Amino acid sequence: MNYLMRRLAAFPLVLLGVSILVFVAIRMVPGDSITAMLGTEAGLLTPAQRDSLAAYFGIDQPWFVQYWRWISGILHGNLGISVTYGRPVLDVILERFPLTLELAVLSMIIALIVGLPAGIFAATHNEKPSDLGVRVVAMIGQSTPSFVLGLLIIYTLSAGFGVLPAMGEFAPLWQDPLRNLGQLILPAITLGFAFAASVTRISRSAMLDVLSDDYVRTARSKGAPARSVIWRHALPNALIPVVTLSGIEFGYLLGGAVIVEQIYALPGLGRMVLDAILQRDYALVQGSVLFIALNFMIVNLLVDLAYVALDPRIRLGEQ
Amino acid sequence: MRILRAIFGHGSGRIGGVIVGVYLLIAILGMLGLTPHNPITQYRVDRLHAPNGAYWMGTDLFGRDVASRLMAGVGQSFTVAFFSVAFATLAGTVLGLAAAWLGRRWDGMLMRIMDVLLAFPAILLALLIVTVAGPGTWTSVVAIGIVYTPIFTRVVRGPALSLKAREFVDAARTFGSSPSYIVTRHLLLNLVAPLTVQVTLALAWALLTEAGLSFLGLGTQPPAASLGLMLSDSRNLMETAPWLMIFPGLAIMISILGFNLLGDALRDILDPKMRRAPA
Repeated sequence: MNYLMRRLAAFPLVLLGVSILVFVAIRMVPGDSITAMLGTEAGLLTPAQRDSLAAYFGIDQPWFVQYWRWISGILHGNLGISVTYGRPVLDVILERFPLTLELAVLSMIIALIVGLPAGIFAATHNEKPSDLGVRVVAMIGQSTPSFVLGLLIIYTLSAGFGVLPAMGEFAPLWQDPLRNLGQLILPAITLGFAFAASVTRISRSAMLDVLSDDYVRTARSKGAPARSVIWRHALPNALIPVVTLSGIEFGYLLGGAVIVEQIYALPGLGRMVLDAILQRDYALVQGSVLFIALNFMIVNLLVDLAYVALDPRIRLGEQ
Repeated sequence: MRILRAIFGHGSGRIGGVIVGVYLLIAILGMLGLTPHNPITQYRVDRLHAPNGAYWMGTDLFGRDVASRLMAGVGQSFTVAFFSVAFATLAGTVLGLAAAWLGRRWDGMLMRIMDVLLAFPAILLALLIVTVAGPGTWTSVVAIGIVYTPIFTRVVRGPALSLKAREFVDAARTFGSSPSYIVTRHLLLNLVAPLTVQVTLALAWALLTEAGLSFLGLGTQPPAASLGLMLSDSRNLMETAPWLMIFPGLAIMISILGFNLLGDALRDILDPKMRRAPA
């Protein structure tokens, strides 16, 4: 409990750091957001119009006033107004987030369904040809960038089967689940492949470690069936590193998969942030980076708490 | 010499070593301009040629030789990867050693800064830095270097803390060795093994990030060649000229594979504790 409190107490501090970093960085991008928003039409604005637009978005103030307004706004649940969308930043983020969350969950499901059994299989067939086969595939999987795999999938589908991935308007899960799944399954496989490879490698090596432990030998020597030794005795302990890895990967995926979203033309968080950076949409970049960082920290904390659930001997926060 | 022999005596080390060696050669040839054709010359009459005797990997939309661009691109990617990892290693080692040696407030402050950087999604941090400084080779180096600095800081700080508490460090202090001598001689030298493994694996990530940045158009700028950019350009011509996608895609993948294999082998060789369960 103490540990949880200490970790939660560190959240505001790290978020404050992230907020300062992103606030300063986005303001160092050359060019101003009004020109970026209106393009060539910005030239048609009278100085007075330009000033009132800047005042509307609050970017006419000195930087410390802007920062103070932003931070005190956040404390009131107001992340500011996006210059590009003309709407509250939080609304824009929450509109994009379900897709990113769904994609991350789907990729993790794929990674665990494929990776965990593959890793256990390889560990129980240690140094046999089948183990080598799994390791080679996992190594290749881990070395394949998502954008290479994504393009290969699209190419194979279009050249080999004459079909193209379902693009077009994105269908949210609660409106059209089938169409939604059709749109997300290929991106999820693209992201899940390397993820599955990492899960395979880590679960194999964790399982090998555990299988050579004394208590597993004891279970075996007292005549416990091989299946029960693997699934009941060894697996729970081997899961700890798998949980760590999956948690961290999942945390990263919640930040949006910029490149995969780009390849499959998905309106997720990653592409939104990229566009916001390029558009110098200060409020949107600041808000979304803070949102992503917070998610990442929460996932990390949950991973730590999961250790305790998996291994009651672990006492968090003790040196 | 001994380490080379160990690498080549290790199954995946051998394959990784050969891959990395071949790539280094290609990268050097690419950087020296020793390519079959000039990578930016446009042979307009030979546009979109499939691979043949004259153009081993075909030509692109502008009639440029894909093989030559690939070699130049490998040179480019490796330059960015090596310099960015060198940056991250140097910065991370100095910060990690400082945190471990100075302890207390300095340690807390430095590690919180690293927490902030780690809470920032890697590719977004790199994107932000690149947008601030304007895209280009050296911006990519700095961006990727900053992104990976916290990882090196952590890799160095942990073992450095435990080394600092060991008897030989106490003994050195008693003999009157200066802090700088202890840090460089006793701490740093003992950190070479974990750092070597980390550097090799970081090179694989750096190649990946560089390719990602240039894929998004924020890395190396055209007409210079880069693997990510070539791959990105191939998207619209995928069906008519698949070689534009396949060769750069494979080139990126195999280079990352090489460093991953080498990193795995080095971990087995340099860290005997890990030998029990090589993944």
